[in-house]
Amino acid sequence: MLETGIRLQGTGLEEEDFKTRRVFYTTDIPKLQYAWDCGVAMGHYLKGLKQGKLLGTYCKKCKRTVIPPRVFCEICFRNMDKWIELKDTGTVNTFSICYVTWDMKKLTYPQIPAVIEIDGASKGKGILHLLAEVDPKQVKLGMKVKAVWKPRKERTGAITDIKYFKPIEK
Amino acid sequence: MNQNVAIIGMGYTVPKPKTPEVSYKEMTYLAAQMAYKEAKISPQEVESFVSVAEDLHEGTSIFDEYTPDQLGAVQKPMHTVTGDGIQGIIAAALQIMTGAFDLIVVEGHSKASNIMTPTYVLNYALDPVINRPLNINPHYIAGLEMRAYMQDAGALEEDVANVVAHNLSRATLNKLAPHGAKTSAKKVLSSEPLFEPIRRLHMPQTSDAAYVVVLASEKTAKKKKVKPVWIAGMGFCSDSPTLETRDWATSVATQIAAEKAYQQAGIKNPASEIDVFEIDDSFGYKQLQHLEALKVCEKGKAKDIFVNGDKQKLNLRVNPSGGTLGVGWMHEATGLHKVLEVVQQLQGKKGRTQIKKAKVGLAQGWRGLPTTTCAVIILKNQMVTPTLTASRTLVGTASSRDTMA
Amino acid sequence: MKLRKVAVVGAGITKFVRRAQETAKELSYHASKMALDSCNMPLEEIDCVVHGTAPDAFDGVHMKGEYLSEASGGWRKPFMRSYVGGGTGVFAPINGWYLIASGMYDTCVVVCEEKMSSCQPHPQSAFLTIFDHTTERPLGPNLLWIFALEMNRYMQVHKIPLEQIALVSVKNKHNAMDHPSAQLGAELTVEDVLNSEIMAWPVTRLMVSPTSDGAAAVVLASEEVAKKITDNPVWISGVGWNLDTAYWTNRDLYYPEYVEKAARMAYKMAGIKNPREEINVVEPYDPFAYKELHHLEGLLLADKGQAPRITAEGITARDGKMPSCPSGGLLGVGNPIAAAGMMKICELFWQLRGEAGKRQVKNSPRTGLAQAWGDLMQVGTVVIMQRGD
Repeated sequence: MLETGIRLQGTGLEEEDFKTRRVFYTTDIPKLQYAWDCGVAMGHYLKGLKQGKLLGTYCKKCKRTVIPPRVFCEICFRNMDKWIELKDTGTVNTFSICYVTWDMKKLTYPQIPAVIEIDGASKGKGILHLLAEVDPKQVKLGMKVKAVWKPRKERTGAITDIKYFKPIEK
Repeated sequence: MNQNVAIIGMGYTVPKPKTPEVSYKEMTYLAAQMAYKEAKISPQEVESFVSVAEDLHEGTSIFDEYTPDQLGAVQKPMHTVTGDGIQGIIAAALQIMTGAFDLIVVEGHSKASNIMTPTYVLNYALDPVINRPLNINPHYIAGLEMRAYMQDAGALEEDVANVVAHNLSRATLNKLAPHGAKTSAKKVLSSEPLFEPIRRLHMPQTSDAAYVVVLASEKTAKKKKVKPVWIAGMGFCSDSPTLETRDWATSVATQIAAEKAYQQAGIKNPASEIDVFEIDDSFGYKQLQHLEALKVCEKGKAKDIFVNGDKQKLNLRVNPSGGTLGVGWMHEATGLHKVLEVVQQLQGKKGRTQIKKAKVGLAQGWRGLPTTTCAVIILKNQMVTPTLTASRTLVGTASSRDTMA
Repeated sequence: MKLRKVAVVGAGITKFVRRAQETAKELSYHASKMALDSCNMPLEEIDCVVHGTAPDAFDGVHMKGEYLSEASGGWRKPFMRSYVGGGTGVFAPINGWYLIASGMYDTCVVVCEEKMSSCQPHPQSAFLTIFDHTTERPLGPNLLWIFALEMNRYMQVHKIPLEQIALVSVKNKHNAMDHPSAQLGAELTVEDVLNSEIMAWPVTRLMVSPTSDGAAAVVLASEEVAKKITDNPVWISGVGWNLDTAYWTNRDLYYPEYVEKAARMAYKMAGIKNPREEINVVEPYDPFAYKELHHLEGLLLADKGQAPRITAEGITARDGKMPSCPSGGLLGVGNPIAAAGMMKICELFWQLRGEAGKRQVKNSPRTGLAQAWGDLMQVGTVVIMQRGD
């Protein structure tokens, strides 16, 4: 029985209750640090990024070229056959215009995350990245974009070696 | 319902302290290829997948997101259990027993070497209000338990040191054990005290590895024409997580889990009816505590088998692999390694550490500090239908209840 | 093969609030106790305990399952915690289902709990760590991103206007006014929803479910035991679950294939051939307004791109032909990650027994479906429940 008027357990608190210390609380700042082994696939990918290249892998059985690259084809369950250097241009598959940070603070300028299908990979194979140097209102599905790289000496072998993608001037 | 479940394939990577050449996905892929080859299956045939993992051991929240691809499990039923690998195998076996599934794969891995702040991660498992603020290295919990066990069982530090030296020495004969060492009880006792009575050589070291297990119903096992290893009994249990209200001397969770497993397997005298045991021996005293909880030895008697030898040769039949101390602590995957060792024993593959004519094996896992969760699985190389009475599980014995009051 | 029948015989739930005074253990206890009391089941007669709770990062306790085990009733019992992200709330009863259907256990209490408010400065921040540590986390992603990306794709592929999506918020928050746990029940208009603050376009604030603290639980029993406990057991007639690839940027997000696969698995087990006729009440997962639509299509209860139309036509209203989220859903009741899905299971339990008070749907429902979703647009979990006969 869950009638509308029934009294349930659970007591709501307000932010004020914490600020004024009306409720007791403890705090703890976690120290959780990891150094993840990149392995073969990510190792190559990051090395490629440092060199200013986007790399994918190809499975000759299902004929997919995928990015981010993996050493195994997860559909055919066999080793990928070769590494392919892809272009650093692509098409916007979907995007959003985001006005808050990852911990819900307001942003002065909105961020535009997008899934970008990379030219040279199979249809629909994209990566997550940001769009910039574009008016958010002008962003459309299907828009053609190009990577803007950090200068070579600033690249460290990370996805952020690409600063963002921007529209290709017609 | 489908009561007979078998392991028809096991794949693994050899445990190593570090594995920088592969990512966890690649390591698991290698283990999966090996398992599927042995079981003569392709992942497309598999009907459900189970993985065992904890977010904070991986450094990623909702870690189950990252489990399917390297197993070929895309768009399949798959879920993650936060439990020891043996609990993962039990979860899969139970799914087969419903009758709705015939072929299930279980995965567990360790990249313990990738955790840069392991003591902080461990501390994070303690109660945030009443335990964590004490700011003590949480391994003290093992120290507390060891002291309580020794008192209750009448064991001395020498007895525990014997176990450590014995297992580390056995591990030097096991190709799968990276932490073997020729050492002595004396060396153990003179190693640096850390959380007295726990010393440096009591501490398990970590290893990285991946394990993939293929389970099948009787029907499918017979079709595949592979030599199956049958599950004869299973049990798992969690005692209190709260430090302030737990039984410090006895592994009650192992007792309860084992009772269920023995009942199913029809085992009345474990020491004589089970040929090989692979059980958790972290910190050394755990081996004694677990042997007594498994009713392999009476209370207080486990230490004797490692001092004087034993008519039943239990000193040889318990942890011939070298145990967790020899193979390495691998978080959720630790129990999967024990299952691997038992399976290999039953298949006659262990070479120098082979227990002759091993037909029945028991693997027991503990989830590690600060938990009291344990799981037990009994494997046989002949099929014997487990007895399922689904009777109420005994909630501890009368004496342990008195201790609680 | 004939499967062992398993029924839901009791249910319990706490209030869902933004910040609860109760600790995680207390919330679990209250839900578990209410569920046990609702069918007069003493804890001694529970054979095993399943706990569902989402990332440890929220509560701030590693190995959270063990930590909450005794609070859920799992002291010295077989205790299992599984997770599939947000899908956990509907997966946990599936976990309990197979523990009993295996024949190894007869009774189980399934408890789902979440205390997100512990995470500071805001629970959303914990979601940063669900993204791939190498290819995504360095970009500072926000959970809102993936929903907004998916919503945009769904809208654009099917050309769905925002007004039709906003209708879901209006419907669910209205329904939630009658749910005693509800955190955000409200009477809103489509304009209210569209004019609310844009968080990550096209998502506005009133299209998002809140972060919450709360717990919910059910008691499961095998057929013989269920019949002794109650005259009105609700049977779990079908279960399904499905996990898609982690490489979500390689998938077209406009349609949740994994929800369809999970649904088909459950329909097959339940012997349902025509879901649109046979499912009388449905609780799809609605963390965002468009999600209810996305999932109704994945559940094959509406053609692709047509869920907005059936919503606009009132088919999914509480007094419609196929009421959807009569509880008020996550949008209205709240979203304590794992407990939210369990809230839906509890709702179906009460609806199918005619015990849902003002929320009761009027079409004498015999069969209900609860669905949850989780991970990186990745997992579908489905449970079909049926009134006993």
